[in-house]
Amino acid sequence: MKPKTNLLIIEPSDIIRAGIEALLRDDQFALLAPLRDYPSDLPQRLARLQPDIILLNPTLIPSPARMQLAALTQARPSMAVVALVYQYIEPQLLEAFRTVLDIREQGSHVPQRLRECCQSHNETADENYELSDRETEVLLLVAQGCSSKEIADRLHISIHTVNTHRKNITHKTGIKSVAGLAVYAMLHNLIN
Amino acid sequence: MQHQPFTTHTKMADIVTANHSLLLVMPRLGIRLGFGEQSVKEVCDRYNLDVDFVLLIFNVYSFEGYLPAPDTLASTNLKPLVPYLQSSHHYYLSERLPHIKRHLLNVAARAGDRYGAILRQFFADYEHEVRDHFTFEEQHIFPLLNNTSANQPISQSSSRVIKKSSHLSHNHSDLVDRLSDLTSIVLKYIPADSLTEELNELVFGIMQLSSDLEKHALLEEKILIPYIGQILNQPLP
Repeated sequence: MKPKTNLLIIEPSDIIRAGIEALLRDDQFALLAPLRDYPSDLPQRLARLQPDIILLNPTLIPSPARMQLAALTQARPSMAVVALVYQYIEPQLLEAFRTVLDIREQGSHVPQRLRECCQSHNETADENYELSDRETEVLLLVAQGCSSKEIADRLHISIHTVNTHRKNITHKTGIKSVAGLAVYAMLHNLIN
Repeated sequence: MQHQPFTTHTKMADIVTANHSLLLVMPRLGIRLGFGEQSVKEVCDRYNLDVDFVLLIFNVYSFEGYLPAPDTLASTNLKPLVPYLQSSHHYYLSERLPHIKRHLLNVAARAGDRYGAILRQFFADYEHEVRDHFTFEEQHIFPLLNNTSANQPISQSSSRVIKKSSHLSHNHSDLVDRLSDLTSIVLKYIPADSLTEELNELVFGIMQLSSDLEKHALLEEKILIPYIGQILNQPLP
């Protein structure tokens, strides 16, 4: 049997915490005792808690936030830190997270989204540079000039999910620009 | 490379030894080789150049993340900046891009019809984009400095352009990203039976242009635009 994924939620709202826990209860996640606030000694606690994913409300991170996040990743490189968002957060800060979970995401998608972030994390560790089917689908739309918003609408996923796919595509292909991705798609006979 | 920014007393020959890519920058400032033991200050005096400005350029190109301290910047004469940026545009368009294009066309000719056509198209689009971007800057951004320095009233359109300039940064990163993408594509996906020497020339040429453009964008975004902004905010006489 596959070991369960340890999930640590750091979120001040009881309602949101309870909501996420309810969505994940029957799945393959082991929920660690959640935190309402960001403890200053969080990097040190990781050795004991051993979370695979931290679902973290970015507004709780004390400044400088990016350095705090870097300290977390350094303390436990195998772990994915996921931003839990329901308000405007600076895009530069969001980029520092493994991925973003918007609370407006469809409830039934949430376990899958978290599983994916673990998978793509492990894939990166294994240096697997094959695009997944979903990533290929997103790549094709990007190459055709669709914006992230349009892709989100077409595939019925959140814009954050689209951005995570785009980040993974760039990581795997080494290609960032839309023009470059179009060429990648042509060279791989994905489009004419 | 040394870790301290160059100063007025640093010998010119030592600067070039520390960062040889400055050899490609000097002609844009009008500086030629043959410095003997002269310091930057002495060379600048000889060419009638502002030494603080020249040091600013050399340091930005040589030290990752280097930006002058606000008071250093405030006391530097930035009038030569626009002519420098313009001469860089000219250099990219008349020397670097044609150099890359020549090697790219040779590689494309050997890469088969399909790959060749894709490479040529990618580069043609890129060249077009670069020209458009430079034209925009030369027509809408650079003249602001000339107008404002002459204390002419600022037109509505000028302040709009300042707002527009915030988009510059996005365009700059796209121009740099596309070059690095071209490198990835050539290195990973073009059949290896193309001419090795041509491929190397192409890749080195792209990388050189790419790092030059990054510094160029930094000068525009972090020095030129704030400088224009600062002048526009000053009360007019």
